Amino acid sequence: MSKVKCVLIGSGNIGTDLLYKLKRSEVLDPVWMVGIDPESEGLARARDMGLKTTAAGVDGVLPHLVADGIQIAFDATSAYVHKENSEKMNAHGVFMVDLTPAAIGPLCVPPVNLDELAETMNVNMISCAGQATIPIVYGVSRVQGVEYAEIIASLASLSIGAGTRANLDEFTYTTSDAVCAIGGAKKGKALCIINPAEPPMIMRNTIYCMTEEAPNEAKITASLMEMIEKVQHYVPGYRLVNGPVFEGNKVGVFMEVAGLGDYLPTYAGNLDIMTAAAARTAEMYAEKILSGELKLVAEAV
Amino acid sequence: MSKSDLHGRKVICHDMCLRDGMHAKKEQITTDQMRTFAEAMEHAGVPMIQVTHGAGLGGNSLQHGFALHSNEEYWDAVAPVLNNTVMSVLLIPGLGTMDELRVAHAHGVRSVHIATHSTEADTSPQHIACGRELGMDTSGFLMMAHLNTASGLAEEAKKMESYGAQTVYVTDSAGYMLPEDVTEYVAALRDTLDAGTEIGFHGHNNLGMGIANSIAAVRAGASRIDCSVAGLGAGAGNTPLEAFVAVCDRMGIETGCDMFALMDMAEELVFPMMDHIVRIDRSSLTLGYAGVYSTFLLHANRLGEKYGIPPRDILLELGRKKMIGGQEDMIEDTALSMLRDREGQSAA
Repeated sequence: MSKVKCVLIGSGNIGTDLLYKLKRSEVLDPVWMVGIDPESEGLARARDMGLKTTAAGVDGVLPHLVADGIQIAFDATSAYVHKENSEKMNAHGVFMVDLTPAAIGPLCVPPVNLDELAETMNVNMISCAGQATIPIVYGVSRVQGVEYAEIIASLASLSIGAGTRANLDEFTYTTSDAVCAIGGAKKGKALCIINPAEPPMIMRNTIYCMTEEAPNEAKITASLMEMIEKVQHYVPGYRLVNGPVFEGNKVGVFMEVAGLGDYLPTYAGNLDIMTAAAARTAEMYAEKILSGELKLVAEAV
Repeated sequence: MSKSDLHGRKVICHDMCLRDGMHAKKEQITTDQMRTFAEAMEHAGVPMIQVTHGAGLGGNSLQHGFALHSNEEYWDAVAPVLNNTVMSVLLIPGLGTMDELRVAHAHGVRSVHIATHSTEADTSPQHIACGRELGMDTSGFLMMAHLNTASGLAEEAKKMESYGAQTVYVTDSAGYMLPEDVTEYVAALRDTLDAGTEIGFHGHNNLGMGIANSIAAVRAGASRIDCSVAGLGAGAGNTPLEAFVAVCDRMGIETGCDMFALMDMAEELVFPMMDHIVRIDRSSLTLGYAGVYSTFLLHANRLGEKYGIPPRDILLELGRKKMIGGQEDMIEDTALSMLRDREGQSAA
């Protein structure tokens, strides 16, 4: 089966972990990795794995996109530079999967809305916390109205790279917006805590939903179990630790996400859930490209 | 008695009873109480007071509790009665945002503690820069300081200074530090930071060390001390302001605060409104002994009752799991896991 060729922009934690996922894909073929630091470990690793690399930023790869047949780009840099990266890629007819919190394209949580995404050249993966918690919010809101949802993500310090650290406000805004837009809550809030404990703690997520009417405990529990199973198809370490706990109209769910240990060890489930979701989303578009259903058009370049 | 070696030192006392004290009141302080307290502190010459939800900007949540009023309502109640006293807020990146800091500034807030865990200073550069751009007195606030080494904390403090922080705090969120620890940590910061950067100390009285630690901090070079009238704050409370001022008066440390006015305020205004007497009881003592975030106290008490587990056991387990400020959700999670383990054991 032929594969769709891809470029990864960003050679940090997320870009590197994503590279491992793409290497296993049956429809995606990572060809280029873009960085900004010639000394970057991520670029060196990518070269070892047979990729072409540039340390000259996105502009370093633009002249090669057509010749190398690149059709999908992944941006794992920062919200501040994403828009420019995306415009440059789109102009060359390259579809963009955005792993920053920039959120200029439609938001995607695969088990919730992958099949319903509108025609677009840019899709946004929200945040690791969004990927880990929105399936739960949706699991409640598809049963009954959710007036307010709040998610708390605890992340191991070693798993959080410079980009995320410099984007915490964007992280919380994008995630809380998505808790409403995709999760289906009327109002949403996202909190993020970085914990440096040794040995590092596994990514934890707590989700609280305030239902409008008294919660239907049996239906909500069944709905949540089904959503958790759907996420487990692409992130096997996605696990319910405690709950659902019902207290008045409050539904509390306590999750953990263990990663596959591709790049960082298994505690960094936040990397896996983000990169696995991005890979799954890109595969859906790749299949459409391969079948001719999706035609990518370059502007005059 | 001989004259203290600290005679003539100047210290800025920063009161926390309308922020850290919100924790002890489960965020239920009224705007009238806020205004009355602020008036009393202005009258007593307290130079700075912090006024927000206990968890700071963005704190209103299921995780941290919903306050009786919005921060804007609290600031608008307090700002009109202040002349010389500066109003400050707390901002923890990941919870509060720069947009909220801009709103605070528009409501008269002129100083901010930008808080991170003691090892995570690099989540604060945007927020510290934002405080400075607004022209605010901007402090970096390194929480749970005991979970870093003295030299490690000094490195984090240096980062905050490089982002623009004018003061950096050693924050003993768990009330775990002893005076010799405070001396070592503050001295490490003093050696590392520029001479023009101030050092602050924020203590909790869980081991009864609030005042001794604050004096140790002053001796090692701190010039800002967070206190709270009647100690109203999380855990066994903060360093009681009226008692700290009394000790400073005796030692000749200049605070500019009126000790008699503050002890009247503690007795007549603060103690009567406490829901529980903020003191060293077995739960708050456990916080200090095990190095657990002081704000966990009331959550552990409530959930301990709900699930029939002694709060002390829950707090010790949270300490063992190295949970930090902001992980209040993990208290219920931990209680549920402990309950499952205990039921499993009794069934077997």
